[in-house]
Amino acid sequence: MNENNDYNFAFLDEVSKREIRRAIIKAIAIPGYQVPFGSRELPIGRGWGTGGIQITLSIIGPNDVLKVIDQGSDDSVNAVSIKKFVHECTGVEITTDTEKADVIQSRHRIPEEKLTEGQVLVLQVPMPEPLRYVERSELKARKMHADSEYSAAWLLLYEQIMRYGKITMGAAYPVMVDDRYVMSPSPIPRYDTLKLDDADCLYLFGAGREKMIYAVPPHTRVVPLDFEDYKFEIEETEGRACSICGATGVFFDEIFDAESGERYFQCSDSGFCGKNAERNKSNATSNECK
Amino acid sequence: MQQVMNVNELTVRYGDGCVYCIDSDKSLDKNRCPKCKTVWAVRNVSFSLYHSEVLGVVGESGSGKSTLMKTLYFDREATSGQTFLNAYEDGKTNIFSVSSQQQRAIRNNLLGMVYQNPLLGLLMDFSNGGNIAQKLIAAGHRNVSAMQSRTFELLEHMEISVNRVKEPPKNFSGGMQQRVQISKAIANNPPVLLLDEVTTGLDLSVQAKVLDLIRMVQKKFNISIIVVSHDLAVIRMLSDRTIVMLDGQIVEHGFTDQILEDPQHPFTQTLVHSLI
Ligand SMILES: Nc1ncnc2c1ncn2[C@@H]1O[C@H](COP(=O)(O)OP(=O)(O)OP(=O)(O)O)[C@@H](O)[C@H]1O
Ligand SMILES: [Mg+2]
Ligand SMILES: [Zn+2]
Repeated sequence: MNENNDYNFAFLDEVSKREIRRAIIKAIAIPGYQVPFGSRELPIGRGWGTGGIQITLSIIGPNDVLKVIDQGSDDSVNAVSIKKFVHECTGVEITTDTEKADVIQSRHRIPEEKLTEGQVLVLQVPMPEPLRYVERSELKARKMHADSEYSAAWLLLYEQIMRYGKITMGAAYPVMVDDRYVMSPSPIPRYDTLKLDDADCLYLFGAGREKMIYAVPPHTRVVPLDFEDYKFEIEETEGRACSICGATGVFFDEIFDAESGERYFQCSDSGFCGKNAERNKSNATSNECK
Repeated sequence: MQQVMNVNELTVRYGDGCVYCIDSDKSLDKNRCPKCKTVWAVRNVSFSLYHSEVLGVVGESGSGKSTLMKTLYFDREATSGQTFLNAYEDGKTNIFSVSSQQQRAIRNNLLGMVYQNPLLGLLMDFSNGGNIAQKLIAAGHRNVSAMQSRTFELLEHMEISVNRVKEPPKNFSGGMQQRVQISKAIANNPPVLLLDEVTTGLDLSVQAKVLDLIRMVQKKFNISIIVVSHDLAVIRMLSDRTIVMLDGQIVEHGFTDQILEDPQHPFTQTLVHSLI
């Protein structure tokens, strides 16, 4: 490294990156298993995606292209500041186009466009432990994982059915990974949960505050927990279309216009929406020419 | 009579022990090692439990009753000794020697436990229905409507209105909480039920109600019960045979009537005389 440089490439020192990579490799070897790691201090507050950022910094190379999304958007304050930080300490190219990205760091969404072999999606995780709501003791929860004792995870869903007549868990829907570990897929909507199953890409999960890394490698079986008579269901998208690009069957943000009092829908994935709108426009112009 | 459980030379300690107290002929300060302060809470305890009997365990505070129950329910590790359950591999395998996964299966399917402290047995913020279903889910049930009808059935047995199924136990009185614990404990029809001071701290009338319900459960389901209490009156009401514990050891055992009429050990004599 050039001694005049302000930081090491990708901010973290090589020893830290190696340790994080080792945790990642272990996580890939044991799909769905939470691997503890020594979470480092970053010039970004914990709770702002530091787990995801540490993974991104440890795996990114100078020729990689990075995309960062927050709640589906490339332009939110959080996404922009993460992009800026990673760009400053690596010089990597930044994109909003899912297809062009090698590494995508995300909070709350898996992009609409299907991820392909060689792509890595890094998800930021606030709460990695799916059993925490029932079992507060970390030690006991880890013992339950060791024994595959997952009644606590089902109980959480059962309790919702008891109280509300249906499973109300909207995000971070618990899944069984590789028929072995129950995992929290981070707060992605139920709509995205099925994308984890038998995917072509690699999913990495980083929890900075809770100091855990876990993974879903390509082509792993991922099944949402449910009951014989209360099945897992994704959010309703029927009869909805994006007010910007017209897309249907995608995951929407519901927008309420206080002035007109109207409710309408927009693609939650802003990168996809922009591309789709662009494509519609050029289709329209080429049609006009005929 | 058919044996359903056999406990053999069970010892449970809190602490690591030392050369002095691990040696067999130790003399302790009550249950505590004078040198290293390790508590030998249960010492060489052996007994059998027979089909559809109620076995009482009585003893003063600190005599090791809860430790014994928690160890049988795998909440604590046995230091030494064995326990055999007829319903598990025909009583041929020491249940303390099997994997923790196997132990969970035994605990979920073959044992029910009512804790002295309801906070250990119930999730206070979850609904009563959820608490009961936890035991069903743990045993592998995955059908919500079947679990719900089973829950209603259990609540009815325990004379709790099914209208209260969605309420959390933290809204309940102590006696009601114990009834929810019992419903949960018997949810999977286990052959053995462990009751640790179920009525301690309850008003006398509430106590009587809970004791009646336990007797009903025992008769209806032919379940074998170990009932722990420091109160000989409770033991007298429920149990066929009784074990008397002192400082972690069994000092006397026999038919409950016999023990009440003709106590042998000085400690039991004091206990019986205080009852009259
Ligand atoms: N977690 C612990 N750590 C250390 N010692 C303990 C622990 N729990 C219990 N003991 C000790 O072990 C002995 C047996 O306690 P235990 O709770 O089994 O008695 P008990 O007969 O149930 O008493 P009680 O009638 O008060 O419920 C006591 O001397 C107690 O102080
Ligand atoms: Mg006790
Ligand atoms: Zn000692």
